[in-house]
Amino acid sequence: MEKTTKIKHKRSKLTAYNNWGYVFVAPFVITFLIFSVYPVLRTLALSFTDLKIFKLNQSLHFIGFEQYVRVFESDNFRRALVNTVIVWGVNIITQLGLAFLLMMVFSDVKYRMKGLSVYRLIYYLPNLIAATSIALLFSNLLDKNYGTVNVMLKGWFPNYHLIDWLGTKWPARLSISFIQTWMWFGNSFLMLMAGVQGVSRDYLEAASIDGAGRWTIFGKITLPLIRPIMMYVAITSLIGGMQLFDMPYLMIADTSQTYKHVQTAMMYLYRYAFGQKTTQVAYASAVAYTLFLIILVVSVAQFLFFNRKED
Amino acid sequence: MEYKAKHTFGYNLTKFILYVLLTALAVLCLIPFLMMTVNATRTSFEIATGFTLIPGKALPDNWKTVFNYFNLFKGMWNSLKVALPATLLGAYFPALAAYALAFYKFKGNKTIFWVILIFMMIPGTLSLIGFYQLCAALKITNSYIPLTVPAIAASGTVFFLRQYIQASLSPALIEAARIDGASEIFSFHRIVIPIIFPAIATMSIMGFIGNWNSYMLPMIILSKPEKYTLPVMLVSLRSSTDITQNYGAIYLCIAISMIPIILVFITFSRYIISSVSQGAVKE
Repeated sequence: MEKTTKIKHKRSKLTAYNNWGYVFVAPFVITFLIFSVYPVLRTLALSFTDLKIFKLNQSLHFIGFEQYVRVFESDNFRRALVNTVIVWGVNIITQLGLAFLLMMVFSDVKYRMKGLSVYRLIYYLPNLIAATSIALLFSNLLDKNYGTVNVMLKGWFPNYHLIDWLGTKWPARLSISFIQTWMWFGNSFLMLMAGVQGVSRDYLEAASIDGAGRWTIFGKITLPLIRPIMMYVAITSLIGGMQLFDMPYLMIADTSQTYKHVQTAMMYLYRYAFGQKTTQVAYASAVAYTLFLIILVVSVAQFLFFNRKED
Repeated sequence: MEYKAKHTFGYNLTKFILYVLLTALAVLCLIPFLMMTVNATRTSFEIATGFTLIPGKALPDNWKTVFNYFNLFKGMWNSLKVALPATLLGAYFPALAAYALAFYKFKGNKTIFWVILIFMMIPGTLSLIGFYQLCAALKITNSYIPLTVPAIAASGTVFFLRQYIQASLSPALIEAARIDGASEIFSFHRIVIPIIFPAIATMSIMGFIGNWNSYMLPMIILSKPEKYTLPVMLVSLRSSTDITQNYGAIYLCIAISMIPIILVFITFSRYIISSVSQGAVKE
């Protein structure tokens, strides 16, 4: 009898302890519900209405999937999507390619390159600077008439015909892609390198003793082991890339001729969500959800691609 | 038994070329900053007609032009007023929640964890419009509340710290403290926080930099120039003809805007590099 009350007592005391869990998680949960969950659901609700300009205390008028139909039929949205894919695609290929090459150089068992800690600091530096500062810096360096790039090229090659880097279609797209690469390749390199350093030296030595050459070691051991990291880099880069905004938004004015060739999906969204005179809140909400669905589908596809069984 | 292998000429040549290429890439990373720094000391005419590595003499003039138009240090102060509270709130409360989720058994624990996991995959884009309307309804636009308080709900931090606590905190420690009569919150402050501090520190540095550099949200939330954070203020220079006609002044603005983050990088580079690397390995 005494024993059971003791256990009961102990149990109630444990529950009392565990109730602290509610207290500790409460500030997070309350803020999360207000500032994370509610806005996401609110945007979802708005995407089914006909709301154009937001005013306080106005009632919502639901019209079903009409805004989504508009999104799918919009040539401008499709073009913004194509722009995003081009700018992101060129960037991810060069960025991952460069990071991959660097990873190969620094992990090579034959050449044993030194100075990794210094090189990676320098390679990573551009990633920390605010995109606003980088965008303003390059829009000045790449200006057609007074930009330092053209000034230098003209100085070296007197016959050089000035390229309007940000004022013509492909140079503008590629400039933004390569600036993105410049900002992000150090980040990808660090991640790949962390993956390689996670590969146990024992594996490599064992393989080497068994007579495997460095290319065999690279292909059969290193590569498969860093595949999850490649996937992580590709997916996070995709999610970031689909939301590309600061850089093109600040580098190309909406009055510029190239605007329609570099307008990303996020710039398109911003234009309708917050742009002066172009605000259509409900439509912008539908754009946001469409964008999310696209990101989701592509992420899942990437996940399946990187996790596929090799036969 | 170590022996020095004799390397062929080809081996040494390849190695040399690799170093040259690596160094060239490093130069490519730094050269835009170098151009910026030199140009910040030159006049518009000098900038438009040629480039040298020798600094010019126009720094004081450029400085005057910049600070006649706006006070960049005010922007830095505003950025600090946003980034510091956001970082502290975004470290303390998520750590508390992570501890609750990792250590206490209560109803809804699993549910909260799954909701967090789902929300980590939702891009910020989705909440932007609803978030703005919420802030407008609460009449907190043009204040720093929308830029700081929501940091409490940093679900990524909760997720990461929960894993970290499960791996590094032994429940016996907390139970022993209970027997000694320690309160639960005391245990959190005196036992849990010291153990997970390395993780909190790395996340906080990256969080601070992210908040400091953030542009889109402050731009949407803040419309009064005296509230502008550094990135928003920097962009506003485009509406000043005084500055936009003086290329040296533009470069000077950009250069000044980068100084704080470069100082942070120099101070904390070790933590920053390890945090980027950890981010990959934890997956």
